[in-house]
Amino acid sequence: MVNLLMATPDPTVVERVERAAEPAPTPEPAPASTFQVKNLSVWYGDKRAIDDVTLDVASNAVTAIIGPSGCGKSTFLRCLNRMHELVPKTRVEGTVFLQGEDLYSSDVDPAIVRRRVGMVFQKSNPFPTMSIGENVVIGLRLNGVRSQKFLNERLEKSLRMAALWDEVKDDLHKAGTSLSGGQQQRLCIARALAVEPEVLLMDEPCSALDPIATAKIEELIYELKAHYTIVTVTHNMQQAGRISDYTAFFYLGRLIEFGPTTKIFTNPNERQTEDYITGRFG
Amino acid sequence: MHSKRADNHTWRTIKSGLASTVAFISALLVIAPLGLVFFHLLVNGASSVNWDFFTKLPTPVGTPGGGMVNAIVGSLELLAFASIIGIPIGVLGGVYLGEYGSARVNSVLRFIADVLNGVPSITWGVVVYGLVVLRFKGFSAYAGGLALGLIMIPLIIRTTEEVVLLVPNGYREAALALGVSRWKTIVHIVIKTASKGIITGILLALARVGGETAPLLFTAFGNRFWNHSLSQPIAALPLQIFTYAISPYDDWHRQAWAGALVLVTGIFCVNVLVRILTRGRTASIV
Repeated sequence: MVNLLMATPDPTVVERVERAAEPAPTPEPAPASTFQVKNLSVWYGDKRAIDDVTLDVASNAVTAIIGPSGCGKSTFLRCLNRMHELVPKTRVEGTVFLQGEDLYSSDVDPAIVRRRVGMVFQKSNPFPTMSIGENVVIGLRLNGVRSQKFLNERLEKSLRMAALWDEVKDDLHKAGTSLSGGQQQRLCIARALAVEPEVLLMDEPCSALDPIATAKIEELIYELKAHYTIVTVTHNMQQAGRISDYTAFFYLGRLIEFGPTTKIFTNPNERQTEDYITGRFG
Repeated sequence: MHSKRADNHTWRTIKSGLASTVAFISALLVIAPLGLVFFHLLVNGASSVNWDFFTKLPTPVGTPGGGMVNAIVGSLELLAFASIIGIPIGVLGGVYLGEYGSARVNSVLRFIADVLNGVPSITWGVVVYGLVVLRFKGFSAYAGGLALGLIMIPLIIRTTEEVVLLVPNGYREAALALGVSRWKTIVHIVIKTASKGIITGILLALARVGGETAPLLFTAFGNRFWNHSLSQPIAALPLQIFTYAISPYDDWHRQAWAGALVLVTGIFCVNVLVRILTRGRTASIV
């Protein structure tokens, strides 16, 4: 029954948008920011993918990054946990501060950055050789956690937070790849949560999912906001409107506009933003 | 548009039939040698494959009976020693090619591995003869194992590299994004995901060197008795077959047939094992 309800416009989601559309009930003076990005530029070889982006990511809020394909959304996201470094010949200028700490300082270990800033990918990628349970705790285990008791606790906690526990609690030994697409994506979220990051980056987490699975993930994002700062890339404008508190619009590697989602979607400052959101291009 | 047959329909049917017949015959010709070899080995060797063959030492000329237990055990010892050299270097080299290294360096390494794979196996025997046998003044199990191990290295490098490259990048990214180091990602995620393929490559390499005779001629040399020290010459099944087959004695010929049958069966079993391992290609791709 629950699933059927979700197929139609999800009442909770609708309510959420309405709530967001009201003037903010408690006007926060200046929300604490988790990331402070200053004059960030990124090159792949000679090609400039990000051009002088400056923006603050608010804590315990969802920031959505929108824009047409190839505008640098994913690159920007990956700069927040230094995953872009996996691409050869990448060069970065500018600074990214995570809780005041420069991520690109020479004494920073990218592995530790990624433990603090977790990531969920477009295509769900549970490890094919591992069971559901092993998939969730593998990050802890490979980072040196030995205590089985601790792993079991974290396993349940992470799966509960990812809203997957009830569906898989009797099948923890089954292959992670035996789950449905939406469940696999939530498994990947649980896996990312298990190492207790401070931030969760999501790179189009729903683009390969059907509307019902998408609704579940959106629900989840809304709940996770209480504990995590979330930055998500999305191609789906309605989704950005439903789930995010702040929206950044990228075009050709530049940050065109950034502000509260309600403002971006109802009264953008820039003509390009309006054209993109109303579907005149992109 | 009309749907009548073209005028040359009959001729085209004949051509098509001809082509499939030729293809079918070619396919038969590929399978035939295997069948013939196996048949011939069974006819000539089966009668001499008995309990004694697997449990007794060779007997002196003219004395009937005896077996090749020393050669069978010797072959296993040589393969074990070859594995100690060939598997770690081959697998780590393949992982390097698949995971590290610049494109330029890798293409050079890949080319070298391919050339090494094409080197005639007797060359390896001569190389090890020069490097080891002459220096230590004697044929030995070490030298034989080293020669076989050197042949295994480029084989395993290439198969390992290929299966490592087949592991989707998403798994590497997922592990790295959990704050797992590069090295642990490779060991626990990449190699684990590719393990079936890597094991397949190792088994195929073992099957290949298990039947090698030439590289052992100048290195392991062969031995009619038990080998009591790895620094002494050692018997190996292919060598023993060679020695017996070129001898003028009938019962040695029979023993050689039996040895060949056992060897081919062993290699056949390894290949069947490989097929079984690679059958479930679903979850873990390789």
